[in-house]
Amino acid sequence: MTRFMHIVRRDLYLALRQGMDSAMVVMFFVLAVVLFPFGVGPEANILARIASGVIWVAALLASMLSLERLFQTDFEDGSLELLSLAPMTLEVIVLAKVTTHWLTTGLPLIAAAPLLAVLMNMNIDGFGTLILALAIGTPTLSLLGSVGAALILGSRRGGVLLSLLILPLYIPLLIFGVSAVDSAISGFAVRPQLMIMGGFLVATLPLCPWAASAALRQALE
Amino acid sequence: MARFTGENLTCIRGERCVFTGLDFAIQPGGALKLVGPNGSGKSSLLRLMAGLIPPASGSLAWDDGAVSEDPEEHNGRLHYVGHLDAVKTVLTVAENVRFWAGLRPGADTARSAVVAALGVFGIAHLVDVPGRFLSAGQRRRVNLTRIVSAPAELWLLDEPTTALDAAATAGLEQTMARHRAGGGMVVVSTHTEVGLDGAEVLDLSDFAENVHDEADSMAVGL
Repeated sequence: MTRFMHIVRRDLYLALRQGMDSAMVVMFFVLAVVLFPFGVGPEANILARIASGVIWVAALLASMLSLERLFQTDFEDGSLELLSLAPMTLEVIVLAKVTTHWLTTGLPLIAAAPLLAVLMNMNIDGFGTLILALAIGTPTLSLLGSVGAALILGSRRGGVLLSLLILPLYIPLLIFGVSAVDSAISGFAVRPQLMIMGGFLVATLPLCPWAASAALRQALE
Repeated sequence: MARFTGENLTCIRGERCVFTGLDFAIQPGGALKLVGPNGSGKSSLLRLMAGLIPPASGSLAWDDGAVSEDPEEHNGRLHYVGHLDAVKTVLTVAENVRFWAGLRPGADTARSAVVAALGVFGIAHLVDVPGRFLSAGQRRRVNLTRIVSAPAELWLLDEPTTALDAAATAGLEQTMARHRAGGGMVVVSTHTEVGLDGAEVLDLSDFAENVHDEADSMAVGL
């Protein structure tokens, strides 16, 4: 556990020093959502109706932006090789990297979401559920993304490949995330959707680090 | 005391057989020097010893216990120095060394210990310099400091003297001698002369597969 924290601390520190990554992710998130009123027109009712979907799609894309670099920089400078030779399982190392990715990407997205909900004229009843659904959903995004990020190591133009690999996997999460917010707004129960999303999180928590480490071992051979 | 052995090892990289039927044994305090022309499989053998690549056939053993049974424990007793130095450009030298040391049990990550370890390779004055201002040789020294700063029995060094000047090479030779005197083992691949008293020499070209593969005959045909 202390070594897990050791890696998380170092990666957070690197993210902080290298600076703009997580700021850029949030900026992208905000800009992507802000584009919609320009495209769809300023009709308040239409915006309110599509608000939850737009925010979720923008969040998916934003969280994918920084995924490419999840293992890439460590792979290029030889750190990944040495990390895999540390006396701990590779799965734990992947989990540490995913945790850092969530802290630098998912958390800022959750913080920015209410502001965007206001911009999109979303019904106030949906706010709490939106934040809750994002809080459950974004760690799953980071976990699923780690598998893609590990698979594209060593390939050129990995970013495009990554989105092709990962975006289809995000679809179930998107469906239930949006449906939870819509249910809250229409006054239905949101528990089932949130439970299913929680189920995704619980399933991906052990499976994705396992799959990602298998891909990393392949890349390091 | 432990001994590290490999039996009948075969390594296949990209459908090409790099070496086959290779045996080695290292005793505590022993050293193995890998020599051979480019592409003869020195790096592959070191990566195989580190567990980064699985052998196509044959097995590695530590004290008669197969290495593949507990890779994590094997990781705990080895240090590997590859072609890349794994020095983060935005972290200072001390932060770089401390991170790698902190991943291992029994490492002293206090600042004084890090400075002392850096002193072994004559870069104690660079302790607070960010990695991006280091020269290739200095980066290599930082990487070598990493293996001094945390104890491990087996050192696997892939061309460790690349980019090092004479003074640093001498420092490395002394460090390896000290490590061996304490019962440690060293495996070094090298093209240059590295002082390793009483080291066994393993010429990788002796284990190359002795067949003319199709690629050669095709090249002649073209």
